Amino acid sequence: MENPFPNLGPGYQGVECPYVMNSISMNDSSSVGLVATQTVTLFDQGEPLRLDSGATLQPIQVAFETYGQRSSNSDNVILICHALSGNAHAAGRHHADNPKTGWWDGFIGPGKPFDTDRFFIICANNLGGCDGTSGPSSIDPNTGKPYALDFPLITIGDIARLQKALLNHLGINQVLAVAGGSMGGMIALQWALDYPDSVAGALIIASTPRLSAQNIAFNAVARQAITQDPDFNQGDYYQGSKPERGLSVARMMAHITYLSEKGLHEKFGRRLQNRESFSFALETDFAVESYLKHQGSTFGKKFDANTYLYITKAMDYFDPFPDPETTARRLKKVHSRLFVMSFDTDWRFDSSRSKELVRILNLHQKNVSYQEFHSPHGHDSFLLHDHEYKLSLSAFINRLYNEQLHRRTQGNS
Amino acid sequence: MSMTHRHEPPHPAPDHTSELRIDQEIIASLVQDGARILDLGCGDGRLLDYLIKNKNARGFGVEISTQGMHACIARGLPVYHGDIDQGLSDHTDGAFDYVILSQTLQAVRRPRFVIREMLRVGKKIIVSFPNFGHWNIRLKLLVSGRMPKTPMLPHEWFDTPNIRMCTVLDFQDLCRQMGINIIEQIPLAAWGGPPRSPLKRHLVKMLPRTVANLLAPVAVFLLEKGKG
Repeated sequence: MENPFPNLGPGYQGVECPYVMNSISMNDSSSVGLVATQTVTLFDQGEPLRLDSGATLQPIQVAFETYGQRSSNSDNVILICHALSGNAHAAGRHHADNPKTGWWDGFIGPGKPFDTDRFFIICANNLGGCDGTSGPSSIDPNTGKPYALDFPLITIGDIARLQKALLNHLGINQVLAVAGGSMGGMIALQWALDYPDSVAGALIIASTPRLSAQNIAFNAVARQAITQDPDFNQGDYYQGSKPERGLSVARMMAHITYLSEKGLHEKFGRRLQNRESFSFALETDFAVESYLKHQGSTFGKKFDANTYLYITKAMDYFDPFPDPETTARRLKKVHSRLFVMSFDTDWRFDSSRSKELVRILNLHQKNVSYQEFHSPHGHDSFLLHDHEYKLSLSAFINRLYNEQLHRRTQGNS
Repeated sequence: MSMTHRHEPPHPAPDHTSELRIDQEIIASLVQDGARILDLGCGDGRLLDYLIKNKNARGFGVEISTQGMHACIARGLPVYHGDIDQGLSDHTDGAFDYVILSQTLQAVRRPRFVIREMLRVGKKIIVSFPNFGHWNIRLKLLVSGRMPKTPMLPHEWFDTPNIRMCTVLDFQDLCRQMGINIIEQIPLAAWGGPPRSPLKRHLVKMLPRTVANLLAPVAVFLLEKGKG
């Protein structure tokens, strides 16, 4: 067995976050190199964005990055969807002197599964986010102050809707694939349901068709940690000190669910942190405590607590197949190829959740494939290198691309 | 693969016309046009691909090996990564017109359980397996005194995945014991290719059971739940 955490170096930031890769040089031919986040304002005139809640929103700013070259007829577009705490920076680096790479850098680049030699990859910060796309921390044009809790509640459907608007704005009507892990997988599924004619294939990784009571419970406790923070101030904390402690606790708890018990134990065991014996005081005795504290405080400083509230809520609401009638109606027009993937040590969204999705799709005779990968890394596995996992991603995407080429050659002849 | 594919020109035509195995050809001839099928242990997906392309079949494969998974995905086949020994609980009763188990029976741990599950989710089931009663195997064992190896069963006894070898007669006994109705059984001769023509098929079926058990390296059975 290899080192169970080859990528969990000291700079590892946990799931869905940029983490430091070992010695990436700018000459690395498998890297997309230096990239920059772009920003566009949508819905600034005319109709506002209509949300599932009934509320409307305008204008909306969207932060996104692109990698690779767009073909002349835009037939090589792949949309990447990030998870709870991710952002638009999926690959490459922002500064030549900063080794930090995008959150899915191992998968996006020349020769990688999302091969930038052939595909045009787009990743946008989700609606409600705090990394360039409009969210609770954005300025409400009506008041000149951050929205805070005046920002409308959003759904996974709303997130996909804004992505669709972004692609329309860029003149892209169809994508070859939509891919995402965890909540990103929910968004990819939403695409296949809501825009069936625009998606050739959807890759739904380490995800679920709905949150279980346990999943919602974890989210609820995370939200409580934030809202009970004395600095929360009804979400209106942008002028003063932020509820970093609450957010940090939320993150620490969530982080445990991203790793497998075995993985965590193999990395930390019962090792003590910088001490020989127990403190017999309420100090940080164990290495795992110190690790989580570090994860929590780093996250608490850089992420917006209100975004955490809104996005976990959006996940809780996600349930595209609540009853047989709705399921049949929603799946009727779906004809994308779907590829559902899970990891055997993931307990946040374990394999049975993916199988549940596959069962629903099979019942309605959709073109769906399912694969479970072996990995010691738990839920985080979808972010980490694994040969078989990458081979399967490549095989699926190549197939989609070849079929599209084939259709086009047939159409021309 | 993932590092090299970019240097190769993408395939313009997603068509993998590969030769079917002799038993797969027979299985394909048993499947009605437009049927809903489940191919258990579908391997590289050759048969499934053929049935979807040439028989307008709908359905998917189940495969346990990652190599098989990759091959099926590369062919664009719907495939489910799973262990058929765990059962088919993800599928409702009678969900498929045909459930196929081609050259896989000999590798499952619980053949009776798997066959029962197949009969539950499929209206008809098709099973093909290497016949251990074939004269060549009998002769090899008799002459060498060692576990016989053939091109179809090339493994050493200690690392073979084929843990449930049986003969045509054994399988018939099992069907009788489980109350399974044998709709058609096609022992495949070792020579002259598969019995494609109806006449030849009929003649092959006329073979006395013991003779078929001696002459056929592979057998294909079309089965359904027994009445009553």
